[in-house]
Amino acid sequence: MEPTFYIAGGVAVISTVLMLTRLNLVHALLYLIVSLLAVSVVFFVLGAPFVAALEAIVYAGAIMVLFLFAVMMLNIGRDTETERLWLTPGIWTGPVILAGILILEVVYLARGASAGLGAGVTEPKEVGIALFGPYIIGVELASMLLLAGLVGAYHLGVRKTEKPEIQHDTATHEGRADSGGDLVLAGADRSARTT
Amino acid sequence: MSLEVMLNAAGLAFVVAGSRWHQADGQVMFVFILAMAAAEVAVGLALVLQIYHRFKSLDVDAISEMRG
Repeated sequence: MEPTFYIAGGVAVISTVLMLTRLNLVHALLYLIVSLLAVSVVFFVLGAPFVAALEAIVYAGAIMVLFLFAVMMLNIGRDTETERLWLTPGIWTGPVILAGILILEVVYLARGASAGLGAGVTEPKEVGIALFGPYIIGVELASMLLLAGLVGAYHLGVRKTEKPEIQHDTATHEGRADSGGDLVLAGADRSARTT
Repeated sequence: MSLEVMLNAAGLAFVVAGSRWHQADGQVMFVFILAMAAAEVAVGLALVLQIYHRFKSLDVDAISEMRG
């Protein structure tokens, strides 16, 4: 198990250093994704499969997609020539080679011996029991933190979507006015008109 | 992004310590770090979008309204 640990750790260190030295944001994001996947493999080798899955799903999946959305929103309105430059094949080789090493390692781990360097595998069940046993206050605090983050992010980002919402609102009101007032009073108006 | 790397390193240290003494506490701490990182990324990216919306640039030197 030791060589797999060192290989995954080396891939993580190399990709992180490459990420920090990139000048282009999208290249840095590619290396960061590879780095997170390498750390995930390190967790698996260390005998923490639950945390490894969580790392791959939450970090490499959700948070990186969030970063990509932000990058794409910041690039609205510019021409697509720079994006075409980003997608030249030479850029992909570095991350692809590192990710290939990781895939080979994962295949080797899946086919072969059990993971668990040091003191064996910590099952997800133990993690869950510890999480909802002595750490239940921490879970509640994390939920409150996530709620605060949600409200704060919405509050900070709301000004950007304010204008389109108002336009949408008035547009629907005009549409309703064309079709005979709003929907609640429509029947009453019509009956009043006919009588 | 560098903040993400730093948080990852802290989480890795926790998990390694938990693996060394065969305790689940390290992984619990990593779950908390994960939740904190998610909230922090959401707020940070909202701030970045707001700055870009207001200043039309991401140059930190341009945002000097509070200079004395």
